[in-house]
Amino acid sequence: MADHATAVAHQFDDVDQQREAATLGMWVFLATEVMLFGGLLTVYTVYRYLYARGFAEGSRQLDLWLGSINTVVLITSSLTMAIGVHGAQVGRRRVLVGSLLLTIVLGAIFLSIKGIEYAHKFEEGLVPGIDFTYAGPEAPHVALFILLYFMLTGVHAIHMVIGIGAVSVVAYLGWRGRFGPSYHTPVELVGLYWHFVDIVWIFLLPLLYLLHH
Amino acid sequence: MTSPAVTLAPEPQEHYLNVDYGVRSWLLTTDHKRVALLYLIGITGAFFLGGFFAVLIRLELLTPQGDLVQAETYNKLFTMHGVIMVFFFLIPSIPAVLGNFLLPLMIGARDVAFPRLNLLSWYIYMAGAAFISTVVVTGGVDTGWTFYTPYSTMSSTTHVIPTALGIFIVGFSSILTGLNFIVTIHRMRAPGLTWFRLPLFVWSLYATSLIQVLGTPVLTIVIALLGVERLLHVGIFDPALGGDPVLFQHLFWFYSHPAVYIMILPGMGVISELVTCFARKNIFGYRFVAFSSLGIAVLGFLVWGHHMFVAGQSVYAAMVFSLLSYLVAIPSAIKVFNWTATLHRGSISYQTPMLYVFGFIGLFTIGGLTGLFLACIGLDIHVTDTYFVVAHFHYIMVGGMVMAYLGGIHYWWPKITGRLYPEGISKLAALVIFLGFNLTFFPQFVLGYLGMPRRYHVYPEEFQVLNVMSTAGASILGIGYLLPMIYLVWSLWYGEIAGPNPWRATGLEWQTPSPPPRDNFTATPIVTTGPYEYSRPRGAHG
Amino acid sequence: MWGLPLFPPQASTLAPQVDALFFFLVGVSVFFSLLIAGLIVYFAIRYHRRSEDEVTEAVHEPMALELTWTMVPFGLAMVMYVWGASVFFTAVRPPPDALDVYVVGKQWMWKFQHTEGQREINDLHVPLGRSVRLTMTSEDVIHSFFVPAFRVKQDVLPGRYTTTWFNATKPGTYHLFCAEYCGTVHSGMIGHVVVMEPTQYESWLGTGAVEGSLASAGEKLFQDLACNTCHTGDAQARGPNLRGLLGRSVALEGGGTIIADETYIRESVLDPRAKIVAGFQPIMPTYQGLVTEEQLLSLVAYLKSLAGPTS
Ligand code: HEA
Ligand code: HEA
Ligand code: HEC
Ligand code: CUA
Ligand SMILES: [Cu+2]
Repeated sequence: MADHATAVAHQFDDVDQQREAATLGMWVFLATEVMLFGGLLTVYTVYRYLYARGFAEGSRQLDLWLGSINTVVLITSSLTMAIGVHGAQVGRRRVLVGSLLLTIVLGAIFLSIKGIEYAHKFEEGLVPGIDFTYAGPEAPHVALFILLYFMLTGVHAIHMVIGIGAVSVVAYLGWRGRFGPSYHTPVELVGLYWHFVDIVWIFLLPLLYLLHH
Repeated sequence: MTSPAVTLAPEPQEHYLNVDYGVRSWLLTTDHKRVALLYLIGITGAFFLGGFFAVLIRLELLTPQGDLVQAETYNKLFTMHGVIMVFFFLIPSIPAVLGNFLLPLMIGARDVAFPRLNLLSWYIYMAGAAFISTVVVTGGVDTGWTFYTPYSTMSSTTHVIPTALGIFIVGFSSILTGLNFIVTIHRMRAPGLTWFRLPLFVWSLYATSLIQVLGTPVLTIVIALLGVERLLHVGIFDPALGGDPVLFQHLFWFYSHPAVYIMILPGMGVISELVTCFARKNIFGYRFVAFSSLGIAVLGFLVWGHHMFVAGQSVYAAMVFSLLSYLVAIPSAIKVFNWTATLHRGSISYQTPMLYVFGFIGLFTIGGLTGLFLACIGLDIHVTDTYFVVAHFHYIMVGGMVMAYLGGIHYWWPKITGRLYPEGISKLAALVIFLGFNLTFFPQFVLGYLGMPRRYHVYPEEFQVLNVMSTAGASILGIGYLLPMIYLVWSLWYGEIAGPNPWRATGLEWQTPSPPPRDNFTATPIVTTGPYEYSRPRGAHG
Repeated sequence: MWGLPLFPPQASTLAPQVDALFFFLVGVSVFFSLLIAGLIVYFAIRYHRRSEDEVTEAVHEPMALELTWTMVPFGLAMVMYVWGASVFFTAVRPPPDALDVYVVGKQWMWKFQHTEGQREINDLHVPLGRSVRLTMTSEDVIHSFFVPAFRVKQDVLPGRYTTTWFNATKPGTYHLFCAEYCGTVHSGMIGHVVVMEPTQYESWLGTGAVEGSLASAGEKLFQDLACNTCHTGDAQARGPNLRGLLGRSVALEGGGTIIADETYIRESVLDPRAKIVAGFQPIMPTYQGLVTEEQLLSLVAYLKSLAGPTS
């Protein structure tokens, strides 16, 4: 590894302070994320309580298969991410870059499958407000469910896109040899973020896909 | 901290204002002090724009008939007044201007933890402001700053979506400021600066930041839901399509009640700094004042339902929210009493910032006490959605927070610019503002109890006299606000050179030249004592 | 026009209670405001800085003092809370013998329906000394029914019923305001409540052409909409017997019970599948879009009039 020593930004006294600040910053940021998804999940919970039947019916419109495959994809990507972080910590550049690339690929697969699911919804006329042809007595509540499905998975997908961008940057820097045992905070922080986005999905899966079981 | 005695440092050769010149050096700056000034420009613009709308509101209400502007226009006026004053003026006011400028100075740091993020937050603020300006220019929005559904999503024909976007965007700037401050306070303190040696302003910024970081994301999401409902005509909050309009109110106030504490806690922090300096005394009950900030921040998250006592929530929910609202009032009471007690046996000077302190304590007390009327469920039935509420929050937000902001600006002006403001006219301005303020808003309490509903373009004739008084007051108030604008700008060229510590204050920020150098301190200060070492220890002779 | 009113008329049984509470809070507020202001002025003068080099003596807060000014406000706050809650309970609990009036708010007018069949717009006539209960809903956005002289206010929401009540104590004409912002003519959504001596009120009821009571209008609707084909009242009928439904506890399919109130009836008609009565099939069609809010209220009034099962 060529260049471990990184410049300390002028506002910090030393590397340790810089690392601690960055780490705390990421945790505070994740707290804001919890509140963001928390707000949406509150809306979900209220309506699920009010319209239990409609929500179960809505849940049946989702493709559990694709949802499950995506879960596996995402959990695997968390694993590769963790390996990548480890690679940075022990200074193995190939491991670092390789597993980050794998993480990116898995993230992209996740998003593609999500895209396929969304496309199905459009074909089936299950997009509230744009093309919603579902009929039946529960239709308004099914619409609400599907809408929340789009909101929740959509906001989650935006986070995935941002995550892929961040992993790419870190992978590039890693390839340039910027990380090693003495400096790898960015890799760790991106890892934290990635795991968080992963955990959100773990919440979404039962709430959206498994509701009617 | 090291010593309260003034050490008259020579005029610095180089400071943050003259290290480099040119628009680029400002627009790309990462210096927290320059970012603070960028914010100062933004929020001053917002204040005068919001104030301009307030002037039009008051002119319309001079007569009971709606003769100055149309009903549509009136509704847009108070909506844009509220939106601009809350989201673009008061929320960023003290934190983003004074907080940004002072936080690193007060804790002996060279900058905030994430200087680039800090600059980014200003750009986000300006982007949000751009949306709102577009709305103002292209015809406005008429939902009230509370955006109640289904009116805002299904009925209003004005620019709801661009306004919502503006607020959505500006929320991120608030989050970034909060995040930055939390990390800065945790990780950037100078050696020896323990938590209980922190200035109380820093404590209040910390509490404020917690609310910004935890509350604002909920606003973000509720605004997004509002936009989706309006764009796609789906029923999230509209009962005609299966939604629940009261849920919107719950989510809105879950952010917006804590947000009112974003709009007072920093002011309380400023008061703690000023009252000690101008009474030249250590603060009475440091820990009580510090912890009451945290108490307000935490309890503040639990009382949102007091805005909805007659909105159709259950009787038991109303009772719980009422009880909690009374609990959240107690920490404020503790602060008021401790400030007052700080004056006891002090050495009190009547310089302008201190006049604002007196104004703040008095008006905040009245505003807070009338909050108790509103928290009282049996009474709120009558006064909710009347001018009583309008008077309550202007007493706190204008009489409290704006006074604290102006006091702080005067107090730190020498530090920010290196110049002193003219003392005589500034005292006059403080007096004019105080009198104008009371004449504007006190009659509104009476109007409210008489039953005049808020957001009324025309009103019954018997309310006219009180409204005329209020409008007269607002004119005086407007002049009062123009004065500092003029003489502060004047002082940039003609003000006396201030020197590092014109008030003989003890905070770390006064240990460095005025204006401070780019990196704040020539050497990292080492802190050995608390923040308000104005007094000699008891029993010692000096 | 240049009169300066300072206090609203007191014209309901609730008003004196609210005002007493108000004056208690005013008292506490004046006390604390004067205390704080007085201390500030006194200290400012007494301890005015006399020389630039004056130094003060450090003071440390006595715990007893801090506790005092924490506990005294806390105690007072609890008094306000308990008192306020008790007034609130009176304000939200209509007495059982109250006269029913049905209210529909829409942009930008108030529509009133009396049980005797009278309809009014923006003006509401009520008898003196009699409790009046309002069952209210909105056709569009949120409004709020506010009569300052009665100290009564309640938001009126689309999609559900809210209620409030008052008992007028002084004859006269009082302001009625819409207190929740509802769009352009919000400030024009006003009217009057006219309080009349009971005898005058009776004769007022007699005037004007009225096609029978609200309940009879509801009954007619019940037949026109063919409700009676299923709700025949027989034991073998396809729909449950609706006699004496209001206030009854209804067992629901899938467990749980609900006390049938006006909102439940409204929901049963507009969204019959939301709650299915135990032992019945979900065959009732929805009447969403087929009945107006006013018609729904007449159905409610009709079902209310079917008190107790006839035997
Ligand atoms: C900076 C802003 C700010 C602050 C700090 C507060 C502080 C408080 N507010 Fe206020 N409030 C608003 C801004 C603010 N408010 C706004 C903007 C609205 C209207 C929004 C809208 O609808 O548009 C509003 C509306 C509002 C309502 C809803 C009214 C309605 O719509 O019906 C209520 C109800 O409980 C309330 C209560 C309180 C209370 C109990 C406090 C307390 O925190 C006050 C505590 C302070 C004191 C109590 C004074 C000091 C104490 C003493 C001197 C000792 C004596 C004390 C005791 C005896 C207890 N406020
Ligand atoms: C947060 C801060 C804040 C501040 C600082 C103010 C400041 C003022 N407000 Fe505002 N107000 C709100 C927040 C604030 N307000 C909110 C949230 C609402 C509720 C909105 C809603 O219902 O949705 C409200 C509503 C509101 C109403 C009720 C409207 C209604 O319900 O119908 C009124 C009426 O008097 C009013 C008046 C004033 C006045 C006179 C001032 C004065 O203090 C302003 C003084 C400033 C000036 C006078 C500017 C000086 C400049 C000039 C004179 C120059 C003229 C300008 C140009 C040449 C461009 N405000
Ligand atoms: C096709 C038959 C049918 C028609 C027509 C019908 N209903 Fe019903 N109704 C039912 C059935 C079956 C139930 C019980 C199952 C349920 O709750 O949906 C019911 C339930 C109800 C209930 C709840 C009763 C309870 O005991 O809790 C009310 C109220 C009601 N109907 C009112 C009406 C009104 C008013 C109309 C006409 C505007 C109407 N119904 C028309 C079949 C019908
Ligand atoms: Cu109806 Cu305001
Ligand atoms: Cu509040």
